[in-house]
Amino acid sequence: MTRLLDVENLTLDFDTDEGRITAVDDVSFSLEAGEIMGLVGESGSGKSVTAKALMKLNASNAIYGQNTKISLNLADGPVDIMSLSTAKELQIVRGGAISMIFQEPMASFAPAITIGAQMVEQLLIHTSMSALKAQEVSIEMLNRVGISDASTRFKQYAFELSGGMRQRAMIAMALSTNPKLLIADEPTTALDVTIQAQVIDLMKDLVKDFGMGIVFITHDLGVIAQTADSVAVMYLGRVVEKGPVRQVIGNPSHPYTQGLIKALPRLDDLDSPLTPIPGDIPSPLERPNGCVFNTRCSQFLGSQCSAEIPEFTPISHDHMVACHIYQQDQKGT
Amino acid sequence: MKRDTLISATNVSVHYPISGGKLLGPKPVVRAVENVTLNITKGSFFGLVGESGSGKTTLGRAMLKAAPITSGVVNFNDGEVNYSLSNMSSKELKDYRTRAQLIFQDPYAALSPRMTVRDIIAEPLEIMRLTSSREETDKRVREIAAKCRLNLEHLRRFPHAFSGGQRQRISIARALVSEPKFVVADESVAALDVSIQADVLNLLKEIQQEMGLTFLFISHDLSVVAHICDHVAVMYFGRLVETAPTRELFNNPCHPYTKALLSAIPSLDPDAKNLAQKLEGEIPSPTNPPPGCKFQTRCPHAVDICRRDEPQLESVGDEHNVACHRWQELM
Amino acid sequence: MSNITDTSPAADQKLKEAYFTASQGQLIWQRFKRNKSALAGAWVLIILILSGIFSPFLTPYDASIAGRDKDYLNGAPQVPSFCDDNGCSLRPFIYTYERTRSFKTNFRWVSEEKTGLEDRRYVTFFSKGMEYTFLGIKFDRHLYGVDKGQIHIFGTDSTGKDIFSRTLTAVNTSMAVGTIGVLIAFFLALVIGGVSGYYGGKIDSVLQMVTDTVRTIPNIPLFMALAAFVPDTWSSEERFFFISLVLGLIGWTTLARRIRTHLLSERNQEYVLAAQLCGASPSHVIRRHLLPSFTSYIIVDLVISFPYMILSETALSFIGLGLKDPVNSLGVMLQNVTSADVLLNYQWYFIPVIFFIVLVLAFVFVGDGLRDAADPYADTNK
Repeated sequence: MTRLLDVENLTLDFDTDEGRITAVDDVSFSLEAGEIMGLVGESGSGKSVTAKALMKLNASNAIYGQNTKISLNLADGPVDIMSLSTAKELQIVRGGAISMIFQEPMASFAPAITIGAQMVEQLLIHTSMSALKAQEVSIEMLNRVGISDASTRFKQYAFELSGGMRQRAMIAMALSTNPKLLIADEPTTALDVTIQAQVIDLMKDLVKDFGMGIVFITHDLGVIAQTADSVAVMYLGRVVEKGPVRQVIGNPSHPYTQGLIKALPRLDDLDSPLTPIPGDIPSPLERPNGCVFNTRCSQFLGSQCSAEIPEFTPISHDHMVACHIYQQDQKGT
Repeated sequence: MKRDTLISATNVSVHYPISGGKLLGPKPVVRAVENVTLNITKGSFFGLVGESGSGKTTLGRAMLKAAPITSGVVNFNDGEVNYSLSNMSSKELKDYRTRAQLIFQDPYAALSPRMTVRDIIAEPLEIMRLTSSREETDKRVREIAAKCRLNLEHLRRFPHAFSGGQRQRISIARALVSEPKFVVADESVAALDVSIQADVLNLLKEIQQEMGLTFLFISHDLSVVAHICDHVAVMYFGRLVETAPTRELFNNPCHPYTKALLSAIPSLDPDAKNLAQKLEGEIPSPTNPPPGCKFQTRCPHAVDICRRDEPQLESVGDEHNVACHRWQELM
Repeated sequence: MSNITDTSPAADQKLKEAYFTASQGQLIWQRFKRNKSALAGAWVLIILILSGIFSPFLTPYDASIAGRDKDYLNGAPQVPSFCDDNGCSLRPFIYTYERTRSFKTNFRWVSEEKTGLEDRRYVTFFSKGMEYTFLGIKFDRHLYGVDKGQIHIFGTDSTGKDIFSRTLTAVNTSMAVGTIGVLIAFFLALVIGGVSGYYGGKIDSVLQMVTDTVRTIPNIPLFMALAAFVPDTWSSEERFFFISLVLGLIGWTTLARRIRTHLLSERNQEYVLAAQLCGASPSHVIRRHLLPSFTSYIIVDLVISFPYMILSETALSFIGLGLKDPVNSLGVMLQNVTSADVLLNYQWYFIPVIFFIVLVLAFVFVGDGLRDAADPYADTNK
């Protein structure tokens, strides 16, 4: 498997009316082709901002850190995303090598243009196909994502489709340019759970067939468990734990991950009480010093947690956690 | 009506007329709720589950007289009063409002950004004239705020100062300040982060026991409902398809939709294969549904009778009812 | 790594508490203050309005026929200077003019400037001048004047009236007309738009039809028709009020539409529903929720309506259908500019136009700034 995406030290600040807000702080991860990576976090975790940074889609008041390096390894060489600045350069990645699907499929489609017209437009921008070929490819894609009667749907408007179908159409549109990387920002959150299951299956099939990498952003750990190969857990702009899905969910090591899993209502254990993580997520204007989770951590160690930002310690080969507890253990042995 | 039922719905339908249709023919309607019968016992935490278009929100609102009841009877009896919601005088309606309240879903939209928290919570008291002086209002606001674990100095602040979870607690405080007997919580935790959800749910449970409330908890999230409700009703396309005590429903689901819903919930175990069906097909059109069972378009077990006759609720066991022609064979 | 701001925790906490307890109005004001162009516009507006109000003091002469300078008709602007060939002086001065007529000038009256030292006329400040009444009290001090004769820093028109004095009173008049017009329009818009937006349904449809009908009536012919009905015997003050009334009666439609839209969206907010679920009466909903919600927007709409009123009045007066002498507005001042004489020779007649461009722009900047500050989307906390 080839390394598809390398994100190193991604730091993103926003200059707002209320001051300078750090949305993402020193985030690093990598993705292989054919791998689905989950980016899990709650509100304020910075996961959406991270995803948008991969295509430099953030607002104009975004300030990237000095050491931030995002490189996308395409067939004809690596592309340094941070160095792309003009619209023309960015067009290579946006919609071409990288595609994105969003939470609200209704918001993704222009309401006054048919779905088919939008899909064809995307193809015409990014490839050298003729309009006729683009139409063929689009209808084929609609079929591929499980939309029955694709040639009729091609001529319909977004409001004529149901929520699940719209999401599939959005996936079809995103995949029609054969991207190497697909960013899915909460694609199933707005869908009913029965439709969600179908869309997740669809995405897994497509990865098998197309061999692209997916960055799957969600707050739902269950969806990640079923879909992703690896996962990075984010809290208030930092990655606190990352690794293969089985290991992170089977052996959660960071207190936040543990808290998150304990807070989930489980169907297989109806007797256990619901245990929330105490406290509230601090506002980004009031980021705690030291470890960002220290204000709510049940295993708070003391001044070290509130002063020093923990480094990553390996629990096992791929499974890393950023927590002083493990750093101490490591130093102790 | 059973002795300890607080509120009951019998054959309740809520239809909304929509524009269009022939000039002289029957006007097309959307049957948001169709022929639903259920009883909510006093002191229970009753869950109403369904996906989009199931009619659960409409049913909840109808039981609060916030949506028009086209046909059927909703009866409210808390020992002090006995109302039939379809024919209430305006005086009775005013009184009913003090006994039944609603907690909204969106904590960001449900609070007026121009009022302080104290004013927001006090508003129901002022509208319904439940207190006679400002001191009394303040006292009651402080009491309920403390119960909802809101810091007293927060009362001076405006909603923009608070996070989603805190706002939802303010919303809850506002619903409870008039000391109602019946509270409808409409997707009250759906917009919250998971780590906060549990907190708000525990709060609801605590308050229920402290104040002796009866809750109708509307949600699309079965796992949440499983943990907090003692009785669950599942709705699909405006109809009630199954209702049972929580344990019973999860251990022994009878309706194919309930089974599909349960299996669709993604489990935390990556190796758990989703054993049951993946539903294919589409939800029928709300204005022109096919005759018979409305689940036929997606049900893997649909047969002829399903396409002809609409199934009625049948008893499976103790308080467990299901509306399916084939539930016995499919068990 | 994130920067830690260098304030002490206590001061920080106070700032945060201020933010938490700030009402919407205060937040909007804070945001407005940060917008530099809007703030500049606001200052300009205040200065212009105050100059209009205090124009009798600020200007040396009466703006009507009573204050005219018979010896300086169509005179060029007299800009005071400090130094000339005869040496410098601390006090600014202007020159004396002498009117002569001769064969050389084709027998036209021409004013000649005499630049001798003895011909200097010094500018005086807080000088005694013509009497005027302000707020019922008689004053006779003016900001500036000249020791002999008269001074016209913007020049004079064909009857000798000082253009500077006229400009400031024109600003005042236009603002007054605008204010009355906006108030009338606002009242009508509030009633019609309010009922429309609050009740919706059939009432809304009917009222919208009425609004649209009024809106489609072409303004100029309507003004002409109404102005034709004004009897000549009316005094200029009566005429002034009539024109303001007319402007208000025509101008309410846009405002009504805006109010209706605000109400329709506000009415569906969840917190309104929450109040109604407690049995809130319509008056409670209107008082507690609807009115406060659109106060900020309505202020924006009102501010932006002003320039339209002012420009409408200018247009009307310019074509002779609006105000007439001695009531003075920009339109009245421009009534005489269409002759070739003026365009070629007396360009200073157009100086007031600059004032009005600045006034309208100031309104626009302030209105835009207010609208940006009141933008609800700027404050979601998600």
